[in-house]
Amino acid sequence: MPGIPSRHKSIFLLTGVVLLQVLLLALQIKRDSEGRLIRVWTVGAFSPFERAGNHGIGHLRETWRHYFALQNASRENEQLRRENDELKMQVNQLQSKAIEADRLELLLNFHKSHENVPMLGARVIATSAGTASATIMLDRGSKDHIKKNMGVITPEGVVGKVVEVYDNTSEVLLLTDKDSGVGAMLGNSRVQSPVGGAGEPLLVMKYVANDDTVNIGERVVTSGMDKIFPRDLPIGTITDIKPGNPFKSIRIRPSANLERLEEVIVLLTLQPLQMNQETETTKPSASVATKAGETAKPSPSAANKPAVEAAKSPTSGTVAKPASATATPAPVPASDNAAAAVKPE
Amino acid sequence: MNDAFDIRNMESHIEVHKFRGGAIVGAALLALMFQAFVPVYFAKAAMIDLPLLITIYFGLSRRNPSTGLLLGMVIGLLQDSLSGPTVPLGLYGIAKTIIGYLASSIGARLDTEHPAARFALTIIFFGLHQGIVLLTRRILLAQSSVWFTMHLAAAAVVNAIVAVFLFALLDHLRKS
Repeated sequence: MPGIPSRHKSIFLLTGVVLLQVLLLALQIKRDSEGRLIRVWTVGAFSPFERAGNHGIGHLRETWRHYFALQNASRENEQLRRENDELKMQVNQLQSKAIEADRLELLLNFHKSHENVPMLGARVIATSAGTASATIMLDRGSKDHIKKNMGVITPEGVVGKVVEVYDNTSEVLLLTDKDSGVGAMLGNSRVQSPVGGAGEPLLVMKYVANDDTVNIGERVVTSGMDKIFPRDLPIGTITDIKPGNPFKSIRIRPSANLERLEEVIVLLTLQPLQMNQETETTKPSASVATKAGETAKPSPSAANKPAVEAAKSPTSGTVAKPASATATPAPVPASDNAAAAVKPE
Repeated sequence: MNDAFDIRNMESHIEVHKFRGGAIVGAALLALMFQAFVPVYFAKAAMIDLPLLITIYFGLSRRNPSTGLLLGMVIGLLQDSLSGPTVPLGLYGIAKTIIGYLASSIGARLDTEHPAARFALTIIFFGLHQGIVLLTRRILLAQSSVWFTMHLAAAAVVNAIVAVFLFALLDHLRKS
């Protein structure tokens, strides 16, 4: 740079580089698809390592669990431990069978309600590289028929929705992300209101009027209004209620453990899920639900807001496409992991 | 005559460190891998901003503001790319560019080899980094965020402790 003193060069460079990135930010804000290419490259370059790391850690864990951790046990202890282990194993087997039965019951009920909804199990291979967003990376992508805006769940509850799809991986925006949102309603009173993330472990329920009755510990379930998730999937439990103006401030602990996700289920459809098949299925509170049409009682003061809000939010907004534009994907081969077993026939 | 040479003339007691081939690139990529991969198994590990620590370390060691800010920019943009589509490219890029520049500038004027100095500087840079990210979100993206939480304060201390050990480890990558 002629004419610029050498010691000032770095300041000019700093200014230029920062301005360039500000411009880049501005371009992205105006045009959402900008920067897509660099994301594809970066994710494409990193995901093989993440997959390899995932497998490596898995093997290490197994090796440690089955060899090193047991090698140091003495013979005497081994005998006692064996007996103890047998008893523990029986208890664990019974417990895990009970848990598995609960999970399968949930999935079975879910399948019965939505037999036409194909699903696919996927493994979590990475999380967001910064604290500014709450996303996870799955080991399944467009090759497995995953598309943008598909819902992601676990047997425990709603996880989020697919926001980016690459060949072999896809990115899921978790419910806890600030930009996230899902159509929801209270388990008991059936008052509808969207639930969104706040960039922290708890979720926030908006637009519940002060005169609506809400109790701590009450379950919050999906309303189906976002056209991504079927009705009555558990979202979370209310942990805190504060009066506000004009709406209550309600905080919810997510049902799914969003901080320790290892396997999830992707709902392989972009068509609005049928709600007229809802039965008394997933949870006891579901029995409160009545037939479609006389189902949820909207909050009187915010009758239309949940739907509007849900339509605006990134988690649900883009699904408001015509059903014809988003065909149901063809069935895919069964996955090798346990969660893939939920794929219907 | 380059910047590094000027700095050596001005501050003759400050040593500019060179690193083994591929050390900077390798460390930066490993840090990004760690950031994306380890929190899957240990959620609390998300508190550690390893790409930031790498930016600070090489900034302080290389003591060349131009390379410091460019390294910060590259690491920041890669972190943006791995943070999902809700994080626009440039959010961490801008913050780490500025941190890279400041770390290099400070490294050229102070002796930053002592663990106590590294601890204090990391806390300061961490706070500054969060401030820049927050300002960018508020001004450019119109997103609201809180300025201070106890979680952030704890994260600053944890990052500083990690930095002391990590920097000592990275010192071994220097050319003797």
